[in-house]
Amino acid sequence: MDFLTYPFMQRALLAAVLVGITAPAIGLYLVQRRQALMGDGIGHVAMTGVGLGFLLSTSPVWMATAVSVLGAILMELIRWYGRTRGDIALAMLFYGGMAGGVMFINLAPGGSNANLTSYLFGSLSTVSSSDVVAICLLAAFVVLVTLGLRRQMFAVSQDEEFARVTGLPVRALNLLTAVTAAVTVTVAMRVVGLLLVSALMVVPVAAAQQLARSFAATFAIAVAIGVTVTLGGTVTSYYQDVPPGATIVLLTIAAFIVLTALATPLARRRARAASAQRPAADPAERAIPAGRTSADEVGV
Amino acid sequence: MTGTADAEEANMGDSVVTLRQVTAELGARRVLHGIDLTVRRGEVVALLGANGSGKSTTVRTVIGQVPVTGGEIELFGTPRRAFGDWARVGYVPQRTTAAGGVPATVTEVVSAGRLSRTRFGLFRKADREAVHHALELVGLADRAKDSVNALSGGQHQRVLIARALAARPELLIMDEPMAGVDLASQEVLAGTLREQVAGGATVLLVLHELGPLKPLIDRAVVLRDGRVVHDGPPEGAAASGHDHVHPHAPHQASDSIRTGLPL
Repeated sequence: MDFLTYPFMQRALLAAVLVGITAPAIGLYLVQRRQALMGDGIGHVAMTGVGLGFLLSTSPVWMATAVSVLGAILMELIRWYGRTRGDIALAMLFYGGMAGGVMFINLAPGGSNANLTSYLFGSLSTVSSSDVVAICLLAAFVVLVTLGLRRQMFAVSQDEEFARVTGLPVRALNLLTAVTAAVTVTVAMRVVGLLLVSALMVVPVAAAQQLARSFAATFAIAVAIGVTVTLGGTVTSYYQDVPPGATIVLLTIAAFIVLTALATPLARRRARAASAQRPAADPAERAIPAGRTSADEVGV
Repeated sequence: MTGTADAEEANMGDSVVTLRQVTAELGARRVLHGIDLTVRRGEVVALLGANGSGKSTTVRTVIGQVPVTGGEIELFGTPRRAFGDWARVGYVPQRTTAAGGVPATVTEVVSAGRLSRTRFGLFRKADREAVHHALELVGLADRAKDSVNALSGGQHQRVLIARALAARPELLIMDEPMAGVDLASQEVLAGTLREQVAGGATVLLVLHELGPLKPLIDRAVVLRDGRVVHDGPPEGAAASGHDHVHPHAPHQASDSIRTGLPL
């Protein structure tokens, strides 16, 4: 445990824990909305923010936050208005964001793509004290939204059309989800990197789903997995000199595979118990596969 | 209560839902061409019509999911834009599943319907009791802690209806509640609806055919190409000069109106 005595490791572990909590917490709602890849898109857009930060000699973390929040709002507006050509517009936003990042960082005095690499794949050992302050503040916002507004966020993510009729401010909550996802991307940027951040939003949730039957349990298990893998990956990278971002993501995928293997017999036993409990559970009834849920697909 | 949609009579009655010359577009296509519709307190009104006739769009303009391009909508006598008392409205959207992308229990899904009665989403004992009561109404109280993924198609629909009932609404708006529902669940749903109507609820529902709900329905409004072509007793829906076809015949002509009435 000698690594705990190094200040850079203390900062790295704190940042890792915060990412382990926040990324699965907002990822849960993104998966529920079937927007699992939104984090990836925001990550691309955030590159322009990092590049601008270098160009203007300001903090890349705060600049990336500003740009990715704007990008996320734009994505939500595209989803809202441009239904037919939405995917094309999103593609342009993503790749425009990536190209902008590369361009700005090369224009920056003394800047090169080497600077960008630490943001693309994470660079835990270079997390500064001011980075930690920024990460703490941003993480507090994410926790406040995902936990404090969980019933509202659940309702909107589960069924937007229905949520409207409960009087919830659906558009405001959609924007809040997008902004929170953007903030989470910049929280995670220094730890796992912009290109891998989406994995930490989605894979712990997918792994938790193998065990959980309720939303609350999925939330708790996903965050537990997130914290375990970020801490485990950080410590591993200290001892083995391997890149922390990649280590964390590979650990997450390993957790998914292990939990899936464990859960398969569990699910079978549950199904058997359920059918034993209700022997003739309406043979006429048939399960309809989950598919048509988008409000956009409802016929007129 | 089953009179014609005489505009003057509509103004005199205690109107819960009012549409006046409502037009709406989906994309660039005009889907509603001036819908007039009034639902008075305690009435059960069925919106009928073929696919594409605009019946789902009509109810979705009422709840604000589809923006209107012209005309007026009122809920409980208040213009819809100014209406904020959503706990009085229960809505069952057109769905084949109550599940989202993440596992959720039956109770968690139905609890979303109670949000309109809470302050800042904080649940009290009365709210939890209301959720439990709604599950009892649809006969799913014993499945409260099960994942919705473990339910059958008919049970999904019952969850969606319980969610709408959790706020104890005065007005129920249902979009094809019987679609894809097995016979056993259809009977449960018809029974639930009967209790709600007996308790004084007002109901506006979109149906493909009247089917097992026919005895409950006071008035049928038939749409065709975004216009009202019949507004009156359900028996008249078939005789309003439009195609009537047997509901169980395969491959209907796309513009035929299925009322489910005997030939």
